[in-house]
Amino acid sequence: MSEKLNSKIPEGPLSEKWTRHKSQIRVVSPANKRKLEVIVIGTGLGGASAAAALGELGYNVKVFCISDSPRRAHSIAAQGGINAAKNYPNDNDSVYRLFYDTIKGGDYRAREGNVYRLAEVSNHIIDQCVAQGVPFAREYGGLLDNRSFGGSQVSRTFYARGQTGQQLLLGAYAALNRQIHLGNVKSYNRREMMDLVLIDGEAKGIIVRNLVTGEIERYGAHAVVIASGGYGNVFFLSTNAMNSNGSAAWQCYKKGAFFGNPSFAQIHPTCIPVHGEQQSKLTLMSESLRNDGRIWVPKKKEDVEKLRSKKIKASQIPEEDRDYYLERRYPAFGNLVPRDVASRAAKERCDAGFGVNETGLAVFLDFKTAIERLGRKVIEERYGNLFQMYEKITDVDPYKEPMMIYPAIHYTMGGIWVDYNLQTTVPGLYAIGEANFSDHGGNRLGASALMQGLADGYFILPYTIGDFLAGKIQVKMTDTSHPAFEEAEKAVKEKIAKLFAIKGKEPVDHFQKKLGHLMWDYVGMARNEKGLEKAIDEIRKLREEFWKNVYIPGENKEFNQELEKALRTADNLELGELMAKDALLRRESCGGHFREEMQTEEGETKRDDENYMYVSCWEYAGENNGHVIHKEPLKYEFVKIATRNYKD
Amino acid sequence: MDFTLKVWRQKSAKDKGYFGTYQVKGISPDTSFLEMMDILNDQLVRENIDPVAVNKGCKSDGPVAFDHDCREGICGMCSLYINGRAHGPDDDITTCQLHMRKFKDGETITIEPWRSAGMPVIKDLVVDRNALDKILQAGGYVSVNTGGVPDANSIPVPREDAEESMDAAACVGCGACIATCKNGSAMLFVSARVSSLALLPQGKVEAARRVKAMVAKMDELGFGACTNTRACEMECPKNISVTHIARMNREFLKAKIKD
Repeated sequence: MSEKLNSKIPEGPLSEKWTRHKSQIRVVSPANKRKLEVIVIGTGLGGASAAAALGELGYNVKVFCISDSPRRAHSIAAQGGINAAKNYPNDNDSVYRLFYDTIKGGDYRAREGNVYRLAEVSNHIIDQCVAQGVPFAREYGGLLDNRSFGGSQVSRTFYARGQTGQQLLLGAYAALNRQIHLGNVKSYNRREMMDLVLIDGEAKGIIVRNLVTGEIERYGAHAVVIASGGYGNVFFLSTNAMNSNGSAAWQCYKKGAFFGNPSFAQIHPTCIPVHGEQQSKLTLMSESLRNDGRIWVPKKKEDVEKLRSKKIKASQIPEEDRDYYLERRYPAFGNLVPRDVASRAAKERCDAGFGVNETGLAVFLDFKTAIERLGRKVIEERYGNLFQMYEKITDVDPYKEPMMIYPAIHYTMGGIWVDYNLQTTVPGLYAIGEANFSDHGGNRLGASALMQGLADGYFILPYTIGDFLAGKIQVKMTDTSHPAFEEAEKAVKEKIAKLFAIKGKEPVDHFQKKLGHLMWDYVGMARNEKGLEKAIDEIRKLREEFWKNVYIPGENKEFNQELEKALRTADNLELGELMAKDALLRRESCGGHFREEMQTEEGETKRDDENYMYVSCWEYAGENNGHVIHKEPLKYEFVKIATRNYKD
Repeated sequence: MDFTLKVWRQKSAKDKGYFGTYQVKGISPDTSFLEMMDILNDQLVRENIDPVAVNKGCKSDGPVAFDHDCREGICGMCSLYINGRAHGPDDDITTCQLHMRKFKDGETITIEPWRSAGMPVIKDLVVDRNALDKILQAGGYVSVNTGGVPDANSIPVPREDAEESMDAAACVGCGACIATCKNGSAMLFVSARVSSLALLPQGKVEAARRVKAMVAKMDELGFGACTNTRACEMECPKNISVTHIARMNREFLKAKIKD
């Protein structure tokens, strides 16, 4: 194990670790905070909350986003809700139960200490958001309402219609706006990080490209926080926003930060199916729909044929001819099994020839039973905007006919490796939210991404970064004329010039789509040794072809979206290979990582705890030396390891 | 389906703009409007690569710059004026939720950026909406720091109030209301935030201060006045009602009377 891989999990009982740790780390006095600068990359839930909280504390914060406003970050698209262990419904929820469900949901591949802390601070998040004026759904008595999400048997999900992410982000964005107004935070929009700058091995600043002017700019600080989200767009078709990308994380990796579990990507079971070659992205239908929607395919092949040739409609198939396969296979959790389980079950039915649309890649999500039980009005109140969204995209009224859904890439559990302080292996470099690897193991539970982003940003990072910055109070502001900045800027400019100079025959999208197909076919929902080896080989070839044959119109010194895409695709072509490598090495199935060689007779994941109970931590060894793996063993002191069971 | 596209081209804020005319062919009715724009751009890039090989009728202007991100109607990034309507010919949607089935085969489609003094063009169809951030920075928040807040259930909020607050909070900040208003007024956008917070006990505490600061900033940035045409409400992709403007006016009056 590399000596850099010290997870720094505090000793002691699980429930005392965080309290004890907080009492032992250093703090910075208000007068000294004013002398310290922090850079935050990204303005989603993690970045916006961190920048706001750090600004409130009195640090000088610079926050960067690639969009025209911090409010556009992709956290905004989260629909269903945010978990917390409030136990308001009196259904015997607790911090321990939320912790346990998360560890189990992640298929025993996350750290106990981190996850317990996440569950512990979850309740503060709800309090904070309510205080900010987030209009959560309420009961008639005026108290907060809850609903259920996959992988749990209690109702602990707080929500604001189907727009929970939007409302939480507007809360964090408002807190950020207040700090901008007060002058504690400076906001830089339409800027994309191009490189991390290290001085004497510590993160001291960044190089960014101004997306409006094409200017390459330098910014220095005492610490850098990466909150740039996940890398699901390596797959091309995903539910991620078009501009979401893993490039900032990849630059950190290439500057020495370890990358944890790159192959752990989540495939969300309920997305609107692919309609054709011209499609640019996939739209998610919230997991909350599985509270009232029932998933099925026909029992009879002849019904499938009739559906595909549009001779009958789903609503005409009688109850006894429907196979509610999740309820059949997983009686205890039914339609609310975790995402990875639901996705694989959908794939199993479609592979067996029961897919309900022309492509054979769709299953039904049906609200008939719920509408009969509760009435259309209640369903409209709960999911109105999601139903409208579905109808606008597909031209089908989901109140009358069931929705068609299919799994798609949604989230990456893997990310930059961090210790308990959320610090990476590079001193002064922190990673929070989806950008880090820390809390979800092999599979993330629904409504836990929002929880993690805000936990990291509001309640964890502001404490732990203080411990590092306390050692920097004598250190002057970073001088961006330092040779390290000079060198990094030069490298960025050269890379851009090199891309323009290729003048090949294919636009960027050609390569990104090809990569996306490779990733989905071989590094997607089902993986095997041969396929992964092929993917690695093909990605390498594609990368070579990209650097020979890509064409980028226009010039650098202008608003140039093709260049933006090219820079991201160049990184994706490297990151995709590492994802495949990691998947190849992990010869077990766990959570969203399904190796076909490793499954039970019933087609469930088969873990190999003896050999793979570790976090794979990859280190960049330079352009010609590839990637080196280190292993952080996972120790379970408080939870009894078991085979995940959602059947009884 | 085939279309003729008349697209606003403008190299930068300083350059003069013009309409470029392009043909796109073989578009599936299930394709979204922005996917159709992707196809156009692919064609325009290929035209740059090899002008002869591609469909004639395309002038080699390079790809069209347009803002987009989530492509599911929530980020508020997309901002096109299509055939004279913000977000195009369908109701209650953003441009990314518009599909080609809403057009006739062979139709000529005119695509422009938001046109409003408060939102200048950056390039082609991309505009600068920084002014919207500035208005919110002036007071669109509850002044609480992180931590030390009461339990979430300590203050009951009537369900109707929470629901109405949520109606207003659904604003995605796209700017369609401003682009549509003949006065270039930002009243619907500003009132959505003012009203959403004023309806909740947490936001009431500084409601007076908030509304004054935000209205002052809106005026300072040169947005026009409201003359109650309700065009904003008609084109709002999130169906935000002008009753929020009425509430903001009430809040503003209340605050001013106290002064």
